[in-house]
Order: sequence, then C-alpha cells, then structure tokens
Amino acid sequence: MAVVLSAERLRCVRDHRCLFSNLSFQVSRGEILHLKGPNGAGKTTLLRGLVGLTTLVEGRIHWFPQDSSDDEKPNEKIWYIAHRPAVTLLQSPLENLRYSLTLHGIALPEADLWQALATVGLLGYEDVPSHQLSAGQQRRVGLARLFLPVEDQISIWVLDEPLTALDVSAVHQLKERILTFAGRGGAVIMTSHHGIDSDAVRSLDLEEAG
Amino acid sequence: MTLTAVIQGIMRRELQLAFRRRAELLNPLLFFLIVVSLFPIGVTPELARLSEMAVGVLWVTALLANLLSLDLLFRSDFDDGSLEQQLMANVPASLLVLVKVVTHWLVTGLPLTLMSPMLSLMLALPSEAIPLLMLTLALGTLTLSLLGGIGAALTVGLRKGGLLLTVLIMPLFVPVIIFGTGAVSAFIDQLPWLGHLALLAAMVTGSLVLAPLVTVLALEIAVED
Repeated sequence: MAVVLSAERLRCVRDHRCLFSNLSFQVSRGEILHLKGPNGAGKTTLLRGLVGLTTLVEGRIHWFPQDSSDDEKPNEKIWYIAHRPAVTLLQSPLENLRYSLTLHGIALPEADLWQALATVGLLGYEDVPSHQLSAGQQRRVGLARLFLPVEDQISIWVLDEPLTALDVSAVHQLKERILTFAGRGGAVIMTSHHGIDSDAVRSLDLEEAG
Repeated sequence: MTLTAVIQGIMRRELQLAFRRRAELLNPLLFFLIVVSLFPIGVTPELARLSEMAVGVLWVTALLANLLSLDLLFRSDFDDGSLEQQLMANVPASLLVLVKVVTHWLVTGLPLTLMSPMLSLMLALPSEAIPLLMLTLALGTLTLSLLGGIGAALTVGLRKGGLLLTVLIMPLFVPVIIFGTGAVSAFIDQLPWLGHLALLAAMVTGSLVLAPLVTVLALEIAVED
C-alpha cells in the first residue's frame, strides 16, 4: 500500500522534559494509526507537529513521500479535528460545515451538507446558533465534516480525541465511519482513550516508544 | 472552487459574524460620538478655539476607537480553534488575514469615517475641509486596522493582552496620525497638503502589502503552543 506519511526520528522536548525521542513510523493508505499514551505523553503535540501547527516536534516529517512533486501541499488533503473543535458558536451547524469546506476550497451540493448533518443527528438544528447546542452536539458539528462525501479530495484524517463527549451510539457510529474510510483507502492518525478494534488498526504507544 | 469563491466565502462569514456581534462593534462608534461631543462641553464652547483643535480631536478619537475594537479581530477564532483551521487552509494565510482585516475596517473604520462630517460640525471644522478629513480618516483607519492586526495577532495567545496591545501598537500609529492631521491642518491653513496625503497613501499601500505577512507570522507563533 502507498505510504502517505513517513516520520523519522521525531523528538519533542517541552519544558525541559523529553516527551518522546527517536520516534519513527510510517502510515499507509487503508491504515489507522492509533496513538496511545497517558495524559501529557505528547499525543496532541505530535499531531500538531504532523500538520505543521507547531515546531516543537523536531525530526523529518514527510507527507506523500512517493509523490514526485516536492511542492505537494499536504494540508489540503487533511481533515484535522483538533482538541478545540473549530465550531464558531455564533454560526449555525450548516454555516460551520460550509466554512470548513470553503477553507479547503471544496464545493459540494447543499444536499451533501444536509446529509452529513442528518447522519450526526443534527437535522432540525441546522439553523440554530451553535452556542444553543449542548457540548456533545457542538462536538458533532465539528465531526460532521468526517461524514461528507469528499474522499476524492481528503485522503487523510488527523483526529485528536474524536470520541470525547459523544454518547454510546455516536461513538459506535464514528468508529464505524473511521473503519469505512480506512477501508476505502483513507489513512487515519488518531488519539483516543477508547479502543478501536480492526485489522487495519496499528497502535503506537508514545510512552514505550519514547 | 476558484480562489475568488473561497475569498467570497471567507468574507461572507466575517461579515455575518460582525453582524451577529453588532453590539460589540457599536462600542467604538459610541465612544467616538461621546468623546467628540464632550469637547465643546468640557473644554470650551467657543467656535474659534474648537475649530483650531477639531482635526486633532477627531483623529485622536478615531484612533482610540479603532484600538478598542482590535482585540475582536482574532480573539474568538483563536478561542474556538477556527484560527488553526484557517492557518491550515488552502488559501494563502496572508490573503485570509487581509480579508479579515479589510472586513474589520468595513465595520469599524468606514462607519467612523462616515460619522466624522456630523461630528466635525460640532467642532466647527471649516466645511470645505470635510472631504479631505474623510479621505484621510478612511486611509488612516485602514492603516490602523492593518497595523493593529499585527498587535492583535501578537497578543491573541495571551489571556490579558489588552494593555500590551496598546503599548505595542501605539508607536506604529504615531506616523499615521502625524500625516493624517498634517494634511487636513495644512489644507485649512492654505498650505501645500498633497505631500502629507501622499505619505499617508504610501503608508496604506505599504501596510496593505506587508502587514498581512507579519500578522501571519505572529499568528503562527500564537497557535504554536
């Protein structure tokens, strides 16, 4: 399978503490990399380093190493769901969803947006300002992105604790969706304190690796 | 999606958010109105003396009013995590920042400029100077928004950045205010004024090009941690 990310000898020192060092791994299409480790092990920092939001992670991070073009911009192919869900509270779920597509320069028919919102159970709330929604519903607004049919444009998901604040059925639904996405050739790098079981899942424990 | 469509989408969101936060955006305008109308009451009602200081009062108040609204520029996007997504976006981040700043000017600097003729009557500014006053204020507030964006970006990561923002940005505002008031005063005194205006326009052009780039660097530092 095609390698989409190769990371070599990653190292992160924060506040004079070495979180991990000499960490090397590869992620291929169809694979789910599950980062594990106790709180403060550097999982979030690693993810932020991978998408280029922080320079605290040193080492060589190479997205799409097999693509010949060096100027390949990886971010346009990534959905990054961060700790802070990037849900603008003054905007409705529909507007939030449309904006994240706009930032990626993807145009989709309205019906697809509605379909994604319906899947995460926000139908009937699409025009309500997001600050009137519950914490779990706000998480779902952010996660609705993952249910959009954009596999052609987005081939990588970087998910930071996507399963927090969700109820049992939503956790199940999202896990299924992650497995489907990987099954269709997507690559997922995620952190979670929930287990996710499948042949496609590979675990990486930051504590052991560090 | 073409770049134009993306920029339109970004601008639409910024305007929408501004409209939904209109109470906060009304603050600078009310500040402008109140401070300027306090001068005839507090200093002197004599029209001759008021008209001497009219340009200065209008400019200083507009500058302070602009300063009041700067913190809104990136704060909420930083807090909810949208800023990270914007920096990762498909469009160049500096272009996105430029759109944000110009929208900020449309909802603060432009209304301030449009209010100024009414307030200049209160300060007995010679009426033939009003068009030039409006032009300099329009250019000036745009420069202030652009330069202020740098300060707002530098302090967005701090919990209480308000005072620091003022201290950081004030020195950058000084040349703008010198040439802004200089142009209008020179016009009133029937001296050559085009030079002042040209320098002010140069500052706008310079900051239109450079300020977004610096702002992006500052934002990248802010989201770093």
